[in-house]
Amino acid sequence: MALSRDQIAQRVAQELQDGFYVNLGIGIPTLVANFIPKDIEVMLQSENGLLGMGAFPTEDEVDADLINAGKQTVTMAAGASIFDSAESFAMIRGGHVDLTVLGAFEVDVNGNIASYMIPGKLIKGMGGAMDLVAGADNIIVTMTHASKHGESKLLSNCTLPLTGKGCIKKVLTDLAFIEIKAGKFHLLERAPGVSVAEIIELTQGELVIEGEIPEMKFS
Amino acid sequence: MSGFDKVVHSYEEAMAGLTDNMTIIAGGFGLCGIPENLISEIKHKGTRGLTLVSNNCGVDGFGLGLLLPDRQISKIIASYVGENAEFERQMMSGELSVELTPQGTLAEKMRAGGAGIPAFYTATGVGTPVAEGKDERQFNGRDYILEEAIVGDFAIVKAWKADRYGNLVFRKTARNFNPLAATAGKITVVEVEEIVEPGQLDPDEIHTPGIYVNRLIQSTFEKRIEQRTTRPAGE
Repeated sequence: MALSRDQIAQRVAQELQDGFYVNLGIGIPTLVANFIPKDIEVMLQSENGLLGMGAFPTEDEVDADLINAGKQTVTMAAGASIFDSAESFAMIRGGHVDLTVLGAFEVDVNGNIASYMIPGKLIKGMGGAMDLVAGADNIIVTMTHASKHGESKLLSNCTLPLTGKGCIKKVLTDLAFIEIKAGKFHLLERAPGVSVAEIIELTQGELVIEGEIPEMKFS
Repeated sequence: MSGFDKVVHSYEEAMAGLTDNMTIIAGGFGLCGIPENLISEIKHKGTRGLTLVSNNCGVDGFGLGLLLPDRQISKIIASYVGENAEFERQMMSGELSVELTPQGTLAEKMRAGGAGIPAFYTATGVGTPVAEGKDERQFNGRDYILEEAIVGDFAIVKAWKADRYGNLVFRKTARNFNPLAATAGKITVVEVEEIVEPGQLDPDEIHTPGIYVNRLIQSTFEKRIEQRTTRPAGE
């Protein structure tokens, strides 16, 4: 069965390592914060100028001067720091963030990502996404494998305006965990109960399948 | 003799000299740390043909969104503008020109503008619509595009505290673009919650030195929250 949003987040959380500075995008990536393993320390970077983002505040703690990049009220974790937007993007562009997780509309076999604009329909802007994909080495894209109409989002060529070129190496969808290398998708894992055939059916770009593909594990 | 005293006592005085077709750089992220009373003054003045440089454009009826109904903005340079129905309408109809700019590039454009750096190379936006028409160059085998700095006729800034000399302290994530905007205005106007005497702020804790600030005004703020998200008490 396809993974739920929470399960996608849970699988991404397994990629976190002790001491990682992590930027989580809006949507499913934000949920990753709920599944950080208890035995490791991770610090969340919010690109509006906060390193060490804490939980949502209680009603009494709400502070209009303390929000995350999704404009939600948040708190600061112990050891947090605050800085301006240029400093924040110096961290991002300078490659200091260990892991970036963000959503997308499309990804292709060359590691291109389209995530910020659907011409004529949705023109909200890229926010910090272009900086994040250009600056980070370790990026995981989370998205559904196909649209509601069954159209693949893993393509041979992105059709929408790009957010970044040749920068994506890992994609976690509701069906599969995929690596991108040498101009091809490589199937690493499949969602529990989802067959390789189903994944092939919904992957438009070239997909390499080597050996037995394991199911994702959730503890 | 007013010396370094930057304090003005009316919003009219604070925005004096703003005329049609000027460029304004505004601090703030979403509705957090926006110079809300200075924006209201621009609405009140009725200045038109403005180019606004700001990460976002407020919401309907608050923040920079206040300048939309009377079509005071002709162009906006922003990274994310999706919170505002009137904005979308004016953009789709072509009444409002929008230059979408990556958030880090936008911050750096302000920083460079304030620091006398005319342009800079960045990897952000390479191979995307943002790169169209821009110089590209390789450094150490990687592609970069040339982005130009921005200087505003005015910069409008919200800080938490200031002394009379315009030394500024920001509070939490209301800092965001404000210190950068403050450096990049030919005339920088700052509104704050509290003004103290020179010497009362610890020099080590000043975020923006007063040299960047031309006018300073004390006010009260609504501080509207865009996404009020909470957890239950006791968790």
